[in-house]
Amino acid sequence: MADAIEVEHLVKRYGDLAAVAGIDFKVRTGTVFSFLGPNGAGKTTTTEILEGLRRRTEGTTRVLGLDPWDDATALHRRIGVIPQDFRFFDKITPREAIRYYGALFHTNPDPDELLERVKLADKAGARFDTLSGGQKQKMGLALALTNDPEVCFLDEPTTGLDPTARRAIWDVIRTLKSEGRTVFLTTHYLEEAELLADQVAIIHHGRIIATGTPNEIISAHGRPERLRFQASPALAEYLRPKLALPVTVADGRVEVELHDKADALRVLSAVDASGIPWQNFSTTQDTLEDVFVRLVGQMDDGALKSETPA
Amino acid sequence: MRPARIAADFKIVVRSYLRNPVALFFSLIFPIILIALFGLIFSAAGSTVVPITVLNLDHNSEASVQFLADLNDTTYIRLSFVNWNASDFAANLGANDDSVGLVIPQGFNSSYFARDQVNVTLYTDPEDGAASGAAQSAVGSVATAFNLHASNGTAIVGVAQQNVGSQVYSYIDYLIPGLIGFSILTSPMFSMVDVASSYRKEGIFRELSLTPLTRAEWLTSHILWYMSLTFVTAGIMIGAGVVLFGAHVNVTVGLIPFLVAGPLLFVSLGMLAGSVAKTPESAALIGNIITFPMMFLSGTFFQVSMFPPALQSFAHILPLYYVIDGMNQVMLFSNTARALTDVLVVFVTAIIVFLLAIRFFQWRDE
Ligand SMILES: Nc1ncnc2c1ncn2[C@@H]1O[C@H](COP(=O)(O)OP(=O)(O)O)[C@@H](O)[C@H]1O
Ligand SMILES: [Mg+2]
Repeated sequence: MADAIEVEHLVKRYGDLAAVAGIDFKVRTGTVFSFLGPNGAGKTTTTEILEGLRRRTEGTTRVLGLDPWDDATALHRRIGVIPQDFRFFDKITPREAIRYYGALFHTNPDPDELLERVKLADKAGARFDTLSGGQKQKMGLALALTNDPEVCFLDEPTTGLDPTARRAIWDVIRTLKSEGRTVFLTTHYLEEAELLADQVAIIHHGRIIATGTPNEIISAHGRPERLRFQASPALAEYLRPKLALPVTVADGRVEVELHDKADALRVLSAVDASGIPWQNFSTTQDTLEDVFVRLVGQMDDGALKSETPA
Repeated sequence: MRPARIAADFKIVVRSYLRNPVALFFSLIFPIILIALFGLIFSAAGSTVVPITVLNLDHNSEASVQFLADLNDTTYIRLSFVNWNASDFAANLGANDDSVGLVIPQGFNSSYFARDQVNVTLYTDPEDGAASGAAQSAVGSVATAFNLHASNGTAIVGVAQQNVGSQVYSYIDYLIPGLIGFSILTSPMFSMVDVASSYRKEGIFRELSLTPLTRAEWLTSHILWYMSLTFVTAGIMIGAGVVLFGAHVNVTVGLIPFLVAGPLLFVSLGMLAGSVAKTPESAALIGNIITFPMMFLSGTFFQVSMFPPALQSFAHILPLYYVIDGMNQVMLFSNTARALTDVLVVFVTAIIVFLLAIRFFQWRDE
């Protein structure tokens, strides 16, 4: 099957609020798909609909070819889920929990090996209520793997974790992908999406505002690559009439937008010819973060404008 | 229903329980405290020990001392001796609010050995029927034994003590089935209501819904656990009643159906109450509304037969009444027919509530 997840015109309403307002996307089997959005964007709602934990209001969803709500029992044997803010029985240890899940799924995993994989082996015998946030999340990850799932859903798995714990989880996600599993990852950390995801969808107020690979999104919605000099604003004045390219000044730096690679040489020779002193030139490109901030900002401005009476 | 999954979940339930000191206290120590507390309160009230005020005018004679010693050996009589004037005896009794008095006449000893007719005088208050009845039968039976002995007779017809009809039981005997019923009700009700609402709030039910465990399996493992706990608690209570207060109860296999059906009923009822409520607060409220009337009015601490008629009819609609009444039939009255009716009522109610609980208890949000 080429697509592990297919979503068409998905809508979820809570009363008057459309938490998910008609979204479409597909996730190819064996890839990492990241759902990126600020708090309240509709990430958890979408994720739980795909996991068969919430009923959709409209649209169609298929996970591994199954309807998540109607075929939940069959689906749950083939997916692994770590909910946002994973909770478990307070007095039960990770090793006992894995044996428990193994018995329920009839899979018989080796607890110690599984805990080794998520780097929680040292806490195998510690009760859940004594684990730190990151350790709890790792235990959730281990439990999600007891049934050898084809698709893993991780809802903000690294939110609130320290950098070491976050890296450990990233490593596991990379391993999951290398094992051929499909990963559906929500996050509000752009860095995480950029590092791990093959495909990203940016969701805001229940709508997808951009999709593609991180690079596709940056080139579609980001500003072009720029050549940057540390120099006085006089350089900008000099360059503007000489080059048919946008020149900006910010924080004591002069930036020239490049429309294609060859522009870089033209800019450099013009700067050289100017005789104005400069230091440190570098090229700079938008990150996913810049794009995200701009897109979300634009949408909020738009929303504000449309809400203002004429 | 897969036994392997029920067993796996049962293990988790047992571990969670055994690692919780508060829960352990309530299931192991609390039953002893309950028996000890209520046993002490009500045996001090002493409804079954009849005090008799004794005036022995045949001072320390052999026969009179023997007569009073035999009377004292009937365990439900307590003697206290006075030195009043014979003529003031009745008046003093009244003034002291003592309802039963006994006078041994002067010359009792010599008359007894001479085989002359001699009367002891028993004073009773007709308004205190229970005490006067008990005193009459005690004094009467001691006198009969004396007569037999004097005429060198041997008792040919004996009376074997059997618990039937108007037999007087001590309070502790009623208390044991009552308090076992109390714990069959309260221990699953309070914790299942809490579990139902807090597991939903914390997302543990959603977590479990992602596994092949079914709701019926989950509920079954909890029922099995509370059944086990009930057997332990009942054992502790019976042991404490016998050791601390010398309770007389029959412990037979007839108890088992009640120790099985009771937890089935109340685990399911707790789950149902916790599931229909939207928030943990309203769950606790619904749980209390169901639990409290049953806790007091089903024969737990007080026998239902002592209630006014209206309250008795109310007790008869409470499922716990049938659990406790049934255990009374088994442990005290050996009335198998009535115990069977009781157990039938409990089982049918339990199955209905179990099915309702499965229906209303949802793992997932709509
Ligand atoms: N059960 C619910 N009932 C009502 N509103 C909800 C419910 N769950 C989520 N919402 C609302 O839907 C929106 C999206 O929430 P959510 O999917 O949790 O966002 P995210 O995971 O991206 O932070 C939010 O405005 C949230 O308040
Ligand atoms: Mg969320």
